[in-house]
Amino acid sequence: MSFFAAVGQFSAFAGLSVSHVFRAPFFPKNFLKQIVSIGYYSLPVVGLTTFFTGMVLALQSYTGFTRFNAESAIASVVSLSITRELAPILAGLMVAGRVGASIAAEIGTMRVTEQIDALRTLSVNPFKYLVVPRLIAGTLTLPILVLIGDLIGIMGGYIVSVHVLGFSAGSYLSQSWDVLQPMDVISGLAKAAVFGFIVTIMGCYHGFNSGRGAQGVGAATTNAVVTSSILILIFNYILTQVFFS
Amino acid sequence: MSEAVQTPKISMRDVRKSFGTKKVLNGIDLDVAEGESCVIIGGSGTGKSVTLKCVLGLIKPDSGSIKIDGTEITEMDNDDHEDVMSKFGMLFQGGALFDSLPVWENVAFGLIHGRKMDREEAREIAMQKIEAVGMGRQVGDLYPAELSGGMQKRIGLARAIAANPEIIFFDEPTTGLDPIMADVINDLIVKCVKDLGATALSITHDMASARKIADKVTMIHEGKLIWTGSVEELDNSNNEYVDQFIHGRAEGPITKHANMV
Repeated sequence: MSFFAAVGQFSAFAGLSVSHVFRAPFFPKNFLKQIVSIGYYSLPVVGLTTFFTGMVLALQSYTGFTRFNAESAIASVVSLSITRELAPILAGLMVAGRVGASIAAEIGTMRVTEQIDALRTLSVNPFKYLVVPRLIAGTLTLPILVLIGDLIGIMGGYIVSVHVLGFSAGSYLSQSWDVLQPMDVISGLAKAAVFGFIVTIMGCYHGFNSGRGAQGVGAATTNAVVTSSILILIFNYILTQVFFS
Repeated sequence: MSEAVQTPKISMRDVRKSFGTKKVLNGIDLDVAEGESCVIIGGSGTGKSVTLKCVLGLIKPDSGSIKIDGTEITEMDNDDHEDVMSKFGMLFQGGALFDSLPVWENVAFGLIHGRKMDREEAREIAMQKIEAVGMGRQVGDLYPAELSGGMQKRIGLARAIAANPEIIFFDEPTTGLDPIMADVINDLIVKCVKDLGATALSITHDMASARKIADKVTMIHEGKLIWTGSVEELDNSNNEYVDQFIHGRAEGPITKHANMV
């Protein structure tokens, strides 16, 4: 029962948040601040994750593919796996850890120290001031992060294939490029937008409903990361099914 | 007070609120006249904060009526409620300053975002309010975390009065302060409320504070107001609950009732 109550409560929260996205007043300064903190500051962690994943992918497929003389497929495997699957899911999970946790902790602390009540007494709607800028920033910046992650991941595969495994640079790059269909990249970016929404709405929801004290904020932070990670994995499957079946 | 029929600024009738099975407010009736300073006294967990938050609209009561200037607020939707909020100023117990913003922007917050005032103009008013609570303008550029507890309370007060509200709420204004700073805050509250001609509703368990800032005192016990009178009547209330509370005795009807001794 309590599970259904929580789902209902969350749906009401999400509906209310989205309804405020389209209604003035807007807080552009907060939005820009969130773009920087959610998008820009996530670049290193997303870049590093996709870089090493691209490298390891090339290495793994080489050792596997040599068993049936299919080394030439490495470039295509790397670029397809990175753009369709690995860059969005890894970026989503890394941002869930980095951004989801910080949103939940910040808003949870504001709840506990009555700063959210203070916003309301100053005639400022906390959904518009706190939730909407984070939601939009998350939904818009994650696709950009993933696009950059796509490039870095493919570059990681390229470096290993060319400098470690001795493939020719030109043919590797043309193989990487030729195999890609627009839909491969677009589906990854669409996934990223959904993941960005999931991470930010979960961070805001758990922060808003944080319990009292340090323990309450701690639990809110954990719940934000766990629920958004699980939802990302579930939606990753659903979206893949929608795009490619 | 001499007018025969004056609409009370705040009027509560049979306000009830439960959290789960716990009845926190058990039928609150309270009128506060325009320009009057009413203080609700009572122990911890008796429903003081919930009463205040119901009037502010931060908590929705289960039943009963709350009117501000004769207008019912419990049935209002969010947008109308934001309009009512613009009549209010609130000093939170812990200050509740926004730690991501400098002090002056905290004070000017309601002016900039609530009233859409130009930032430079709002900054000037904020600086005047910071001076009005006895602090220098240079404090305006600090961040809340750099201030002591007493200074945060004073900035909280400056923020509460920045938009010249008609009604100001004080939540335990002296809790956590040393006796001297507590008296400074009390003096500032009296001065600010008088200067603005505002109506004030405060909750406290600090009797020194209550005596100083109140015109009218009312005592809450187990979610009901059990005694109301002027500050002068407080010492001759003939109410054993009030007597126990104002003298701070461990033994008496309040504790006996709750099986605490």
